[in-house]
Amino acid sequence: MALTPELVVFFILAAVSVGAALGMLFSRSAVHSALFLVLNFAVVSVFFLMLAAPFIAMVQVTVYAGAIMVLFLFVIMLLGAEMLRHRSQVLPWQPWLAFVLGVLFVAVLAYVTFFQGGQFLVAGILGTPPIFPEELSAEFGGPASIGLVLYRNYLLPFELTSFLLLVAMIGAVVLTRDSKGRQVDGTYPKPAASERPVRG
Amino acid sequence: MVPTAFYLGLSAILFTLGVAGVLVRRNAIIVFMSIELMLNSANLVFVAYARQFLEQSGQVFVFFVMTVAAAEVAVGLALIVTIFRTRRGINLDEINTLKG
Repeated sequence: MALTPELVVFFILAAVSVGAALGMLFSRSAVHSALFLVLNFAVVSVFFLMLAAPFIAMVQVTVYAGAIMVLFLFVIMLLGAEMLRHRSQVLPWQPWLAFVLGVLFVAVLAYVTFFQGGQFLVAGILGTPPIFPEELSAEFGGPASIGLVLYRNYLLPFELTSFLLLVAMIGAVVLTRDSKGRQVDGTYPKPAASERPVRG
Repeated sequence: MVPTAFYLGLSAILFTLGVAGVLVRRNAIIVFMSIELMLNSANLVFVAYARQFLEQSGQVFVFFVMTVAAAEVAVGLALIVTIFRTRRGINLDEINTLKG
């Protein structure tokens, strides 16, 4: 296969994204992990651009790298939980077991992809003649055509999505509400005798 | 034109790194970030196949995945904040009871 400039860009960006994922995994500080993940999301949005999905790429940057990761950073900095103070010794063998099982997972994934029936899939994909840019209409992946597909074919899932977001919002509000009514000084008001919960 | 199989391979690597993060790290926030990494690698496969088959439905599904991710992050971070309030820590090994 000829090493086209697009392929070179792909390999460089793939290395950056895998490196950012590794950095997220192994940073001691949660803030650094979040910033590595932002880098990973930015690189993946460039992949989306290369795959003729400009609108998805912009949504990736604004929603994922913007909103969701800023939420993560807010929580990390609000809690002051950027470092775990001590390594727990509850399950000392667990990381090693996890490592072995992770390697096994990759092996199974590779086996299924390349040998167990998946080789036809891979061969089919590799054998498919590449789509030339001129076959691709300029509209493909743009906001207008994506919106048409979304509202014509996926209207009900789209409405269900709004319901899902509403439920998540209510859930977040209910979960973070301090139901015991803690006061500013950190103490709790004594409930009246009639309001005290009966145990048993 | 980069072959679709390359994107699939990259996505598999990123997904495995996310799995490793969930299994190895004990900081609840980093476990959540690893879940985001896995969802994002699934998005990459969706978009790669959308390009392969010139079918925009794959790109629409990325929206739904992103919505689920946003909802999950909102609820999950609310849970983490609540757990941190009651237990003064978010080490997953120390969270072994459901009753605060």
